[in-house]
Amino acid sequence: MPYIVARPKLNFSEKAYLPAIFSGLGITLRHFLDILSGKKKVTMQYPEEKWDAKLPAHYRGAPTLVTDEYGRERCVACQLCEFICPPRAITIHPGEIPLENRWRKVEKFPQEFEIDMIRCIYCGLCEEVCPEQAIFLRKDYAITGLTRKEMVHDKKKLYEMGGVMTGLVNKWNDKK
Amino acid sequence: MSEPTQLFNVQIDGVWHQFKKGTRVIEACAQAGKFVPHYCYHPKLSSPGNCRMCLIEMGMPKLGPDRKPEIGADGKPVINWIPRAQISCAQDVAEGMGIRTDSPMVKECRNGVMEFLLINHPLDCPICDQAGECQLQEYSVEFGTAGSRFLEDKVKKPKRVELGPRVTLDDERCILCSRCIRFMREIAHDDVLGFVSRGSHTYLTAHPNRLLDSNYSLNTVDICPVGALTSTDFRFKMRVWFLKETKSICTSCATGCNTIIGTRQNQIFRQTPRENDAVNSAWMCDYGRLNFHSVNSTDRLKTPRVREGQGLVDTTWNKALVKSGEELKQFSKDEIAVIASGKMTNEELWLAKDLVASIGTSRHDIIPRTGEADDILMSTDRNPNILGAQLIGLTGEKPGLGLEDIAEGVRSGAIKAIVALGEDLTQFGLTADELRKLASLIVMDILPNDTTRSATVLLPSSAFSEKRGSMINIKGRLQRLNRATQPPGLARDDWEIIRDLIQQLTGSDGIYLIEDVFKQMAESISEMNALSLSRIGDKGVQLVEETEEAPAAV
Amino acid sequence: MMHLLLFALISLIKTIGLIFVIILPMVSYTVYAERRVSAMIQDRLGPNRVGIPLTLFGFQKDIPFFGLVQPIADAVKLLLKEDFTPNHVNKFYYCLAPACAMAPSMMALAVIPFGSQLWGEPMVVANVNIGVLWVFAVSSLGVYGIVLAGWSSNSKYPFLGGIRSSSQMISYELSLALSVIPIFMICGTLNLPEIVRYQTVHGWLISPIWLNGISLFPPSINGQEIMRSFDFLKFLLWIPLFISFIVFTISMFAETNRLPFDLPEAETELVGGYHTEYSSMKFALFFLGEYAAMIVGSAVIVTLFFGGWHVPFLPTTLVDPYTFWGVILGLIHIAAFFFKVALLLFFFIWVRWTLPRFRYDQLMRLGWYFFIEIALVNVFIVAVILPFMRR
Repeated sequence: MPYIVARPKLNFSEKAYLPAIFSGLGITLRHFLDILSGKKKVTMQYPEEKWDAKLPAHYRGAPTLVTDEYGRERCVACQLCEFICPPRAITIHPGEIPLENRWRKVEKFPQEFEIDMIRCIYCGLCEEVCPEQAIFLRKDYAITGLTRKEMVHDKKKLYEMGGVMTGLVNKWNDKK
Repeated sequence: MSEPTQLFNVQIDGVWHQFKKGTRVIEACAQAGKFVPHYCYHPKLSSPGNCRMCLIEMGMPKLGPDRKPEIGADGKPVINWIPRAQISCAQDVAEGMGIRTDSPMVKECRNGVMEFLLINHPLDCPICDQAGECQLQEYSVEFGTAGSRFLEDKVKKPKRVELGPRVTLDDERCILCSRCIRFMREIAHDDVLGFVSRGSHTYLTAHPNRLLDSNYSLNTVDICPVGALTSTDFRFKMRVWFLKETKSICTSCATGCNTIIGTRQNQIFRQTPRENDAVNSAWMCDYGRLNFHSVNSTDRLKTPRVREGQGLVDTTWNKALVKSGEELKQFSKDEIAVIASGKMTNEELWLAKDLVASIGTSRHDIIPRTGEADDILMSTDRNPNILGAQLIGLTGEKPGLGLEDIAEGVRSGAIKAIVALGEDLTQFGLTADELRKLASLIVMDILPNDTTRSATVLLPSSAFSEKRGSMINIKGRLQRLNRATQPPGLARDDWEIIRDLIQQLTGSDGIYLIEDVFKQMAESISEMNALSLSRIGDKGVQLVEETEEAPAAV
Repeated sequence: MMHLLLFALISLIKTIGLIFVIILPMVSYTVYAERRVSAMIQDRLGPNRVGIPLTLFGFQKDIPFFGLVQPIADAVKLLLKEDFTPNHVNKFYYCLAPACAMAPSMMALAVIPFGSQLWGEPMVVANVNIGVLWVFAVSSLGVYGIVLAGWSSNSKYPFLGGIRSSSQMISYELSLALSVIPIFMICGTLNLPEIVRYQTVHGWLISPIWLNGISLFPPSINGQEIMRSFDFLKFLLWIPLFISFIVFTISMFAETNRLPFDLPEAETELVGGYHTEYSSMKFALFFLGEYAAMIVGSAVIVTLFFGGWHVPFLPTTLVDPYTFWGVILGLIHIAAFFFKVALLLFFFIWVRWTLPRFRYDQLMRLGWYFFIEIALVNVFIVAVILPFMRR
């Protein structure tokens, strides 16, 4: 259906454009002067000023792996995060926990767990999908590296960044 | 059949259908398009009726005082519904039977059964290999409830039990459906499994001092509806939802069991049988199933190589092929022998025949490969395409008859060059030293062996999972291989290599599609007329009369 | 002979001094200013980081210096980029076009008086009688750079940009030239230094009413003459001159392809316009040429309407220009000139980040229906007023 948009009726000063132009110039000049004089401050000067103290509780930084209060690595290599990860940043090589290990009841663990931080989009789906509460997005946001390899966080680095998370999952207790 | 099959009128969810006598109710429901959840029932096994998941509401015709069914207003018998739910798997259809698969009572029953099954089931899903193809998961979502009302401690049972060399058992996950027990008894004829203990402490185990070491043991893993029986080979290797599934056939013997190859990132993780009643029913042997690891091997030949002095050096395909052509042109036609392989597809064999014709030699054969047959699926002949080789004419009625002659020719010096297509020549009596003495040895293979080490020109080719093509199994059924993975490195499709060799010899223009190779072959071989690679379909086409009795299981 | 050599030498020094010491740095800092001003108008800060990288030499901290080293970093970046020539272009014209864009602006500077004098030498490279004509003639060559770039790139967006630009520049050249005719009628000369001299005596042409009435150091006019030269008709003259100024300035915006008339390179419509296919230093030449044209445009406006190098309330000359104060005064005049230019450049930038782009038909309509007519009528108005004025 053709659909006719009614043109607004302009009065003389509107037709002449000039008042609008001058008021526009006034607006931009006011912004210019406000910033120039320092009356208004919007930009945060990043390396000198940081936001760290004010990061919200739900801030999504780098994904990390956590251990529980007994030092058990929570990840059981179910690979759900690898499956859900939209940019396919996660690579897991699962392995079997040997019988002599303290946590043999868990049976499965990640031999390798890599997150390619060049690919990661910090969406947090891995944290959301994890049935073992093993992967958490921490507040690290300045992930840098000089090589691509450096940007791939391996298991060691992920546990280093993640630290310990207590509670939440207790189904792997021997009594359970 | 002499007398016509008796048909019964059965009402399913208010609609009347006709079924053959002897149809199980659950099968009748399936034919009517009504799904009935089940665990213990398996179409190829007997029905013990112990999982209770397939409960339905059932009724029989109401009989009048004259012992005749009362006829209702619609002209159909009035059904007298049984007030209790019945299992549908251990019951045959009967005349005038009424079935309800989705009545409120049925739904409540299923919900209750699900709750009972899950009472002692561990929350193992994150580490369970069955997750993703687990019927317990699926039915729990569809028919169960989200939470558990069970507050007590779950029953502890043995975990990580090595039932046999290839099967690991987790008894806590077992729902006691007994499919595995029945399979071992009825199909594998090796009755090693059974339940011990009572009540909720019942668990599955092997007979004392016996192992689940049958060559068919991994089928129990396939039919296990939960993650209790797991394949030791596949255990914790990859989650099933990552696997790309490609329909193919097993090439470990001439039976040609239909398979699904599960791959991820160009690596094979498992092979599982695919149902085909004309070939393998729903089973396959452990030997064939686990015979894929060589494909993933890091030793695979990846680059064409040519001999320089004592060693082989990497080169390009073009140079290797030109060199092959030059090598072969040096000799008169009967100084060259061609050894093909029964593991090649029809298309490759057809081109190999063409290669033999281009050379003009009369010395050609395939290497026979035999093993002990069992009366289930395994065939004596371990070459998957022996019939194809015979039909195309690369070998005679008795494969390998010409080999002795060729070996003798090599020793006497009458044969100066051999083209070995996917076979190790040391298998028929030639030694590595004798192969070294050949003026020219052109080898196409996938893995290094004595022959490839002695080669003049080495052409890396593709494994069974890396090519398309057709094979004829021992019962004369034409079946199709599909490409599940890509060949490693620079390795190429076998048929392309053979085509290029022919081109080097004759200078003729080649074919560029595997479909065209099949077309060419189908035009010359009367049995294949009117067939094409795509027309073979997933389940194959019976091509020639059966030459061997069907294995007992099928 | 000696005299000729000396003249050549002095001209060379003036040229090199003007272009390399003043204009080129000014061009790059105009780019910087554009980025900073636009940023502040949008409540951002703009480039404020690039300074003296002392950490490279082992010191603890860099000196940010308000990002004033940014243009140097930009220049280095542009020089080090790969100079990529696409395969499908007409190579000769493709290479010629950037030079055609940059050179005319520089050439136009030759006749502009950027100061009064230093050591008695007039601060203009070429003191010629056809001054303004030279400016128009040469700066209209700038369109060739754009047309050649658009055509030789052999690609649709540059081609559209080139076509738009040529029609736009040709259209606005008319009103540009017509709008300044009143000035020549009033001053009676085309020589730009002369026009500036006229303004020092009779007041800036943007507001010719006040200066020679209240100047503290009227050069050769005594009190009586002041009274005599006060003329009501001068108020009348102010109207056409102001119209002249408006038309000229707006046309200059169009000539320099600045917003709201930047249709030749309208990013949202034409990717990058005529320089889509250019990279590295060739692109930089277009970029700098555009800013150089802006500077030349501002310089012309300053010369014609804002009294050139003239500073109100300061003497235009001292008796002896060779004294220390004479030289200082000369330098002050140069500074004044470029200060005025800088203010106009700020205006250019300010307008760019305020107004949206015109539609193409609006642009053509404005040029052909309004500006040419206004400029023409303006000429007649001045012609009517002038005979009644006492000289």
